[in-house]
Amino acid sequence: MEAIKNFINACAVPSRMFPVIVLLFFFVFPVNSFFEKYNKLFFLDRLWTKKGGIFLFSTLTMFLSIGMLDENFRHTVSKPDNLPIVGLIYASLFFLWVALSQARENDLRLEKNEKPKEWHDSQEKILVWPDLVSIELIAMLFALGFLFTWGILVDAPLEEPANLATSPNPAKAPWYFLALQEMLVYFDPALAGVIFPTLIVVGLMAIPYIDNNHKATGYYTFKERKLAITIFLFGWIILWLFMMVIGTILRGPNWNFYGPFEYWDPHKVEALTNINLSEYLYVIGLNMGLPGNIFIREAPGIFLISLYFIGGGFLLTKTVFKNLFKSLGPLRYSFFLVLLLFATSLPIKMTLRWLFNLKYIVSIPEFFFNI
Amino acid sequence: MSKEKVTRRVFVSWIFLGWTLFLACLGGLGTMLLRYLFPNVLFEPSQSFKAGYPENYAVGEVSLLWKSKHGVWIVRTAEGLYALSAVCTHLGCTPNWLSGEKKFKCPCHGSGFRFSGINFEGPAPRPLERFKILLGDDGQILVDKTKKFQQEKGEWNDPASFLAI
Repeated sequence: MEAIKNFINACAVPSRMFPVIVLLFFFVFPVNSFFEKYNKLFFLDRLWTKKGGIFLFSTLTMFLSIGMLDENFRHTVSKPDNLPIVGLIYASLFFLWVALSQARENDLRLEKNEKPKEWHDSQEKILVWPDLVSIELIAMLFALGFLFTWGILVDAPLEEPANLATSPNPAKAPWYFLALQEMLVYFDPALAGVIFPTLIVVGLMAIPYIDNNHKATGYYTFKERKLAITIFLFGWIILWLFMMVIGTILRGPNWNFYGPFEYWDPHKVEALTNINLSEYLYVIGLNMGLPGNIFIREAPGIFLISLYFIGGGFLLTKTVFKNLFKSLGPLRYSFFLVLLLFATSLPIKMTLRWLFNLKYIVSIPEFFFNI
Repeated sequence: MSKEKVTRRVFVSWIFLGWTLFLACLGGLGTMLLRYLFPNVLFEPSQSFKAGYPENYAVGEVSLLWKSKHGVWIVRTAEGLYALSAVCTHLGCTPNWLSGEKKFKCPCHGSGFRFSGINFEGPAPRPLERFKILLGDDGQILVDKTKKFQQEKGEWNDPASFLAI
């Protein structure tokens, strides 16, 4: 048991876990025929059948309940602050399964040139009153009963009056902001606190204007909207839910990483000396001091950033998004590309930090400008 | 009820009286509101404070004495003393001094600062700020928080940011 726990703790180090999860994601949600082949080979498409749903649900429940035997894990998971996260994992898994199992069913129908399931629903009429309204009333009563029970059983996590001179250790944001807090670890506050959240909101609002694929209106499907669903789910599952779970379960005192079964030792020593790109290049690479001129000092970083946005954008357009460029047109496509490049910059920067302790690619603290 | 005829003169004088009273009340209320902004007693520590005698500080140690009241760490090195601001330069949480690891560590996003206040881990983009520190006429250390010194601007070379002993 200890060996398994230690193994899981070792796997939970983000630099190991993150690439695995990202890779797994693309096999579970195949964007092209290459991934689709392996998706079928490993029966990953069966996850969205009834049996697959039971498998997912029972695996998660088994992991949680066996994990609860461990004192450290129990302490983190059963904190009143963290209960919503456990609920969130279940709820998002459930809704993901509901959507994708219907999508799978419809995809099988469409392959046989049949009409999707929802098409038959729309032939049938149901009255709002009393059919829908009574269902809504029952749902409301259940939700209310659930909230009352929760409110009675679990006390609100109140602490002593706030004191400017002591921040709780670890100081965690409310659970719904934990992904943003995780983002702040890797970026300058202006970028992670203002620009990225704005881009997320603007990007979400822009989706209906960017997406001109009129297939799959009114019914669930995956095969007809592979790219749209995959991009959305990548943002939702990996960049939002997964980061929330990291923030809840894996972040402990001094905002260090702790495995799920690891004791939260506030004196855990972790060497995290971060180095800017300019220091990597001039001090370690060329063995000289940092240039005095800010622009010479930061030129490599600025070059890399522009290479990422201009060169990377160009490369994507010429290769994987060739057809998308044609179907979206230049204006829609460029908005899509810029938003996508911003979104992927987050996991890239996170990985660079974990692997190379890279602090900032462009670092101009003189003007509060850091990327 | 008798129908008394209200003359124009009477009407105007009543109106005048009414408005005067109304404006007086308004003025009084306004004065009270303004007064409310300047309380008799301010429960805030003053921006500058006396921090005892330099002999009280051991070489190579970070003093936590003034952290909770003034948000200042006083650090004693072999050369002298400096006052570090206990506000993280990332998003303004209060870091903790970890004496075992000889570093300041912020509990919010994991920024770490060395003994000197230089940032070296986590996202903090610049070093902790230092405050003006000088020796008073009575031989006590005086810390003035209204004047701060930022390393990235080269201000730590300013003699007022460091008390040489």
